[in-house]
Amino acid sequence: MPISVCIPTPLRALTGQKDTVEVESKDVHEMLSDLEKAYPGIYERLVDDQGEVRRFVNIYVGGEDIRFLQNQQTPLKAGDEVSIVPAIAGG
Amino acid sequence: MELLGCQTQSGAFPKGNASERMRGFAVRVLSRRDSLFLAGERTGHDQVRHRGGARERAMAEKFFSQLKCRECGRTYPALATHVCEFDFGPLEADYNYFAIGAVLNRKVIESRPGTMWRYRELLPIVGDPTVGQQVGFTPLVKADRLAKALGVKACYVKNDTVNHPTLSFKDRVVAVALSRARELGFKVVACASTGNLANSVAANAASAGMESWVLIPADLEQNKVLNSIVYGTNVVGIEGAYDAVNRLCSEIAGKYGWGFVNVNLRPYYAEGSKTYGYEIMEQLGWRIPRHTVVCMASGSLLTKIHKAYGEFTKLGLVEKDGFSIHGAQATGCNPITAARKGGTDLIRPVPHPKTIAKSLAIGTPADGYYAVKSMAKTGGWSEDATDEEIIAGVQLLAETEGIFAETAGGVTVACAKKLVATGKIPKDEEVVLCITGHGLKTVEALTGHLAAPSKIKPSLKEFDSLISSGLAKTRVKV
Repeated sequence: MPISVCIPTPLRALTGQKDTVEVESKDVHEMLSDLEKAYPGIYERLVDDQGEVRRFVNIYVGGEDIRFLQNQQTPLKAGDEVSIVPAIAGG
Repeated sequence: MELLGCQTQSGAFPKGNASERMRGFAVRVLSRRDSLFLAGERTGHDQVRHRGGARERAMAEKFFSQLKCRECGRTYPALATHVCEFDFGPLEADYNYFAIGAVLNRKVIESRPGTMWRYRELLPIVGDPTVGQQVGFTPLVKADRLAKALGVKACYVKNDTVNHPTLSFKDRVVAVALSRARELGFKVVACASTGNLANSVAANAASAGMESWVLIPADLEQNKVLNSIVYGTNVVGIEGAYDAVNRLCSEIAGKYGWGFVNVNLRPYYAEGSKTYGYEIMEQLGWRIPRHTVVCMASGSLLTKIHKAYGEFTKLGLVEKDGFSIHGAQATGCNPITAARKGGTDLIRPVPHPKTIAKSLAIGTPADGYYAVKSMAKTGGWSEDATDEEIIAGVQLLAETEGIFAETAGGVTVACAKKLVATGKIPKDEEVVLCITGHGLKTVEALTGHLAAPSKIKPSLKEFDSLISSGLAKTRVKV
């Protein structure tokens, strides 16, 4: 069973308008590379020059922000749900 | 989740890439603005106003013409958008300081009316301000009795409890946001709010003849709710914390195409806070205070005061001088203070804020990262205050300076006290306290904490016995 990744609207132009895509990656780091292979251009939108997830991009695994898990080393397993959500700059 | 304000456009332009959507929106906005402009030319009065406005617009476009991503520096047209399409960083107004410096000096500013618009070149609107023309230039009070109580050499209170028209600093940001909303052709304005912003949007929209919607957590203080409804706005209480309200507003902005002052109009709105900082410097005699203590919800005010100090320095309006900006939060919702104290700029959200300072109860502060950076860069620290300390802070300010602040003001006073006590603000230096909203908005917080008034019959004998009992003396102190 693959891992489903929820893609936010601003990035759907890169995924052929798909709001959810599937990967089979062992952790978030690998997931980001796998996404780039399938949808070229998506990596630089999510990751900065230093290889860190961009400050205003939040990646959630099972509803938890990876910054408070193991960051890009956060493991993924079959059936996991990953959400990529731009930070809300409101308030 | 459809969360981005730049997706305001995606409802109307669901297909195509980001830049196509932006272009489409630009066309739509311009046509709206044009029709507004033409409508105004039907009467002689409006014609005069708009002719003057056209000249001013040309001038203003020289000072401000675009938005810029704070992260990557990509530029965007000055429309209703607030997030970078590339890396999702926040967009900010981008100014031509060279052009501003050529026309703005102390004398020019001092010659203008006492409102926040005396710094007009540094605010992101294109024509004349049309909403909130009387906002700002509130007193900077030299607070000697409070200084003594805090144990510090000099203390000033920047008193926005008397800001016009809704008694909080939010009138500043709303004046800019609604003036810009009109320029962009919006007919309906809205906000996500912890109360003060709702009051201000409701009042200023009413005076501007605009339709407004304010969305607030359902459990807000009664006076803050009433103080929105009275203006004829549409108040929607959301069963959830502020962060849930904010998220919903992003979705509504996308679907309905309204001007949300703190979502898709945020780049304009946020700049209004700078005037609080400009006024502090001008009223101090054109200089930057050594220490400033600012209460933090999203953290935006703190970052904008920092920006204001930097801009005046850059423009030569004040001498370059060392200063520290300190943050203040409630202990029950302290994500920014926790980050500063933990030596990180990573903000850990507070999922369930619990504090009587409801106006500061934002668990995921939009500008938390930048607020931490501002504090760190200026050598500022951050503190938090418990509910008891907040109430004591409100009372201390009232008893020493005759200023009744809302609970957020109690947070500022309580945290300033801690900063002095711990030496973060040395006793022989000066501090400006940012007091941003009036106490009558949050009276519930004081219920049960103040002495009841003495009650006697209309008899001199009873009054005499009251005085001799010594009770009255205690009450006078309270």
